[in-house]
Amino acid sequence: MDHVAVNELGFPILTLMLAIPTIAAIVCLFVDAKMARTVALGATLLDLALGILLWASYQVGGDQWQFQEYAPIFGRFAWALGIDGIALMLIMLSVFLMPICILASWTIEKRVQEYMAAFLFVEVLMLGVFMAQDIFLFYVMFEAGLIPMYLIIGIWGGANRIYAAYKFFLYTLLGSVLMLIAMLWMVQTAGTTFIPDLMVYDFDPAAQTWLFLAFFASFAVKLPMWPVHTWLPDAHVQAPTAGSVILAGVLLKLGGYGFVRFSLPMFPEASSELFWLVMGLSLVAVVYTSLVALVQQDMKKLIAYSSVAHMAFVTIGLFAMNQQGIEGGMIVMLSHGLVSGALFLCVGVVYDRMHTREIAKYGGVANNMPAYALFFLLFTMASIGLPGTSGFVGEFLVLIGVYQANSWVAFVATTGIILGASYMLLLFWRIAYGTARTEEAAKMPDLTKREWALLAPIAAAVLWMGVYPESFMAPMRKDVETLVARIERAAPAGDAHIERGAAPAAAADAHHGEGGH
Amino acid sequence: MTFWETIQAIGPEVILAVGATDLLLLTAFSKNPNVIRTISLISVLLLLAASAALLGPASHAGNLFHGQFRADAFSAFAKLLIFLASAVAIAMAPGFLKREGEAHGEYPILILFAALGMSVMVSAGDLMMLYVGLELSSLSAYVLASFARRNTRSSEAGLKYFVLGALASGLLLYGISLLYGFTGSTVFEDIAIALATPASEGIELGRLFGIVFVLAGIAFKVSAVPFHMWTPDVYQGAPTPVTAFFASAPKVAAMVLLTRLVIDAMGPATDAWRQIIIFMALASTILGGVAAIGQRNIKRLLAYSSINNVGFALVGLAAAGLAGVASVLIYMTVYVVMTLGSFLVVMRLRGADGEQLESIDSLSGLARSRPGLALAMMTFMFSLAGIPFFFGFYPKLMVFDAAVQADLAWLAAVAIATSVIGAFYYIKIVKIMYFDEGGPELTTEKEPVASGLIALTALAVSPLGYLAIPYLETATTEAAASIVQSGPVVPAAPQTLASGH
Repeated sequence: MDHVAVNELGFPILTLMLAIPTIAAIVCLFVDAKMARTVALGATLLDLALGILLWASYQVGGDQWQFQEYAPIFGRFAWALGIDGIALMLIMLSVFLMPICILASWTIEKRVQEYMAAFLFVEVLMLGVFMAQDIFLFYVMFEAGLIPMYLIIGIWGGANRIYAAYKFFLYTLLGSVLMLIAMLWMVQTAGTTFIPDLMVYDFDPAAQTWLFLAFFASFAVKLPMWPVHTWLPDAHVQAPTAGSVILAGVLLKLGGYGFVRFSLPMFPEASSELFWLVMGLSLVAVVYTSLVALVQQDMKKLIAYSSVAHMAFVTIGLFAMNQQGIEGGMIVMLSHGLVSGALFLCVGVVYDRMHTREIAKYGGVANNMPAYALFFLLFTMASIGLPGTSGFVGEFLVLIGVYQANSWVAFVATTGIILGASYMLLLFWRIAYGTARTEEAAKMPDLTKREWALLAPIAAAVLWMGVYPESFMAPMRKDVETLVARIERAAPAGDAHIERGAAPAAAADAHHGEGGH
Repeated sequence: MTFWETIQAIGPEVILAVGATDLLLLTAFSKNPNVIRTISLISVLLLLAASAALLGPASHAGNLFHGQFRADAFSAFAKLLIFLASAVAIAMAPGFLKREGEAHGEYPILILFAALGMSVMVSAGDLMMLYVGLELSSLSAYVLASFARRNTRSSEAGLKYFVLGALASGLLLYGISLLYGFTGSTVFEDIAIALATPASEGIELGRLFGIVFVLAGIAFKVSAVPFHMWTPDVYQGAPTPVTAFFASAPKVAAMVLLTRLVIDAMGPATDAWRQIIIFMALASTILGGVAAIGQRNIKRLLAYSSINNVGFALVGLAAAGLAGVASVLIYMTVYVVMTLGSFLVVMRLRGADGEQLESIDSLSGLARSRPGLALAMMTFMFSLAGIPFFFGFYPKLMVFDAAVQADLAWLAAVAIATSVIGAFYYIKIVKIMYFDEGGPELTTEKEPVASGLIALTALAVSPLGYLAIPYLETATTEAAASIVQSGPVVPAAPQTLASGH
C-alpha cells in the first residue's frame, strides 16, 4: 500500500471537514439555543466552503484516489481517507444540503442544542462514509449514522415518532450486520482492509454470491429497495422536515454508494449472476411503489414512496453495468438528493403554516403563494424528469444504459416515468391549483426570506444539473470508466444489439462498386 | 527458584491475603462508625499495590509449585482487570451502604478476599487449585449478596446464590473427579497429554462426561445459558455496588479460567468442548436478548445484558486459537468498563428523599433533568449493544473476526444477527431517557467520586476508546500467546492471512 502523506493542498482537508462539524457539535451542547443555531450554521457553511475548495482542487482525470490520508492508529484498521470523483460528488451533495437543513430547522424550539449537535454528527458520519478508505472505518461510519437519526426521529418527530424510530433503527441494523461478517471474511481472504486494494482483488466467484448477498441486504435496506422499504415512509412521515431532507437527500445515497464502491467492483460475477434479482426488485419498486404513491393522502408519504421508485432507477442503472447506466445511476442519485430534499422542504413550508400534511386540506395555494407554487412546480417537474431539469439527465442515461443490458427492463422501467408524472402532477394539482379547500389554506402567506434562501439554491442546482450536466459528470467519468473496465468481463450481454443499418440493395451495390474499382 | 523469587511471583496474592487479614482485625476491633471509609481507602490502595506487583515476576515467572500455579502474561492481564474492577466496586460503595444503614467494614474486605480467590482462579494450572480459588471467591460473593441483612430481597439473593452456587460447585467437583479418574491427573498439562492419547471407548466417554460436568460448573459462574437462572434474581436482590461487582470482576475471572481450562487442559479435545461452547454462546445471546425485553427493573435488565454479553465472549472462545483467546480478553476488558459504568449510573438514580430508584421508568426524561448522566448512560447502552462509533463495537468486531478466522463464519453470522434482538432493549433505554417526558424528581446531592468514575468509564467507551486499540491489541495478543503457545496442542487451524496483496 503506497499512501500519500500530504495531499495536494498541503493540509488534511478531509479530516478537517470531519473535525469541524464534530467540534461544532460538542460546542452546541454547551451553549444556549440561539448560539447553537449560529454555530451549527457556521460550521456547515464552513464545510460547504471546504467542499467547494475540494471540488475546485480536484484534478479531473488525475489520480483515481486523491486527497489521501493514512494514519494506522486503530491497530487492526486505519484512519484512511481519500476520495474519487464519485465520492466527491456525493460529498458535495452532503455539504450543500447541510446548511439548508440547519436553516430549515431555524424554527425548532425544542432542545435546540441537542438537535443541532445531532445534525452535525449526521454530517460527520455521512461525509465519513464517502471519505473512508478502510473497510472497517467505512462500516463504523455507515452504522453509526443510525444513532443520531434515531434520536432525531425519536425526539423531534411527529405523533408516531417512537414506532418510526424503532423501525428505522432495527430494520437498518438487521440489514447491515451480516455485511460486517462478509467484510471480516473478505479481509481475511484478501489480507487487507484498504478499500482500493479490495476493489481490485478477485474474489472466488463461488464466494462472491454470498458476499454479494450480505452486502446487498445492507444496501438494499438503506437504499431502500422493495420489499424492505417499509421503514422509509414511516421514518419520513415522522421525522422533522430537515430530518426528511437529510434522510432522502443523503442517507439513502449511502446504499447506492455502497453498490458502486463495493458490490460492483468487488463482486462483478455475482452482480451479473444476480442481475435478475436486482432488476426484478427494482422493477417491482418502479411500478408498485409508484402506484402506491398515487393513492397517498399524506404529502410526505407520497414523496417517500416516490423516493423508493426513484432509487429503483439508481439500482437499474448501476446494475446495467455499462458506462451510461452507471453514470445515469449516479446522476439520478445526485438529482434525487436535490429534488426530494427540495420537495420535503416544500412540504415543510406549508406544514409550518397549516400543521397538517393531508393533501385534501390544501388546494389553490398558487393563488396566495405564487412564489411557492413556482418552486414547487419546478421541483415537481424535476422529479418527473422534464428535460432541462436534473431528473431528465439521470433517468435518460439510465434507460439508455439498461436498454443495452436488457430491453425488457428498459421497457418496464419507462412506465415508471409515466407513473411518476401521474402522481407528481396529481399532487401538484391538488395542492396548488383549483380553489382552497380550507380557509386556512387560502390565507397562507407566501415564502419568507428564509424559505427563499432554502429553495433558491436547490432550484439553481437542479437547473444547472439539467442544462449542463457535464460539470457533475466530468469528475466521475474516469472513475466510472475504471469501474466499467473492471466489471466488463461479467457485464450482461444484452438482447437488443442494433447493427448499423444499410439497405440491402445499397449494400450490395457498394460491394459491387468496391469490387469494380 | 528461591523462596524470595517465589514470593515475588505470587506477590499480588500475598499482598491481598496479608492485607485483607489485617484489615479484618482492624474492622473487628475498631469502634469508629466511619471505619468503612478508611478500610475502603486502604483496600483500594492494596488492590492498586497488587496491580503494581503484576509488573514484576508475577507476569512472567511461569509455572510455580509444580505447575499448580501459573504466573504468566495471560493471568496478569486478567488480574489487572479483576483488581481494577474490584477497586471500583469498593470505591462506589461507602455512600450507598451508609444510606442503607449497612456501612460495615467487612464489605471492602470481602471484596478483597473475592479478588484474592479470583486471582488464584485465573492463575490455576491444576483443577484443585482452580476449585480452591473458585470457592474462596464464591463464598465471599455469597456473603456479599446478602450484605444488606435487613433487606429481604438481599437475603433471598444470598440464599439463592448460595444454594445454586453449591449445586454448581458440586457439578464441578464431580466433573473434576471424573477427569481425574479418566486421565489420571489434575494438572492441566497432564490432562492435555492424556486427552491427546487415544483410549478405549469407555474411557473416552468418561472423559467426555468429565468435560461436560466441569464446563457446566463453570458455566454457572459465567452465567451462560442454560446455567443462568440465578443471575436476574441475585442481581436484583443484591445491593447495587455488589451487583456491579458481580457483573464485572467475577465474570472476567470465570471467563478467563474457562479459557485457560479449555485451551490448556482440553486443547486436544477441542471438538468435544467446542460444540458445548457454541451452544452456550448462541443460547446466551438469544435468551439474554429476548428475556431482557420485558424487564421493568434496571438491575434485572442489566443481568440479562450480562448474559447476552457473555454469549458474545463465548463466541470468541469457541474460535479458540490466538485470535480467539485475545478476543475474549478484549471483550471482557471493554465489557467490564461498560458494565461498571452502567451500574454507576444506576446508583446515581436516587429520588428526592435519597431512596434508590430501580425501575426502568424512573429513567424517563433523564436527558432533560440530568443531561450528562443521560449521555453517559446512552454511551453505555449503545456500547453494550455494540453499535459502532461507540467503543463497544470493537470487542464484538474482534470476537467475530476470530470466529471467521477459525472457519466459524456461520457462528459469527448467527451471533451478530441475534445482537439485533439485544439492540432492541438497549435502544429502549435510550428512548426512555431521551424521548419520554416526566419521570421522578432526582436528588441533587453531589457525589464527586461516582461522577468522576462515570465520566472516566464513559470516555473510555466513547469513540475516544478507539485510540487505545493498539495498546489493547498488543497486550491481549501477548497475554493470549502465553497460553496458546505453551499449550501442548494447536487448536483448530485458523486460516492464515493471504499475503502478497
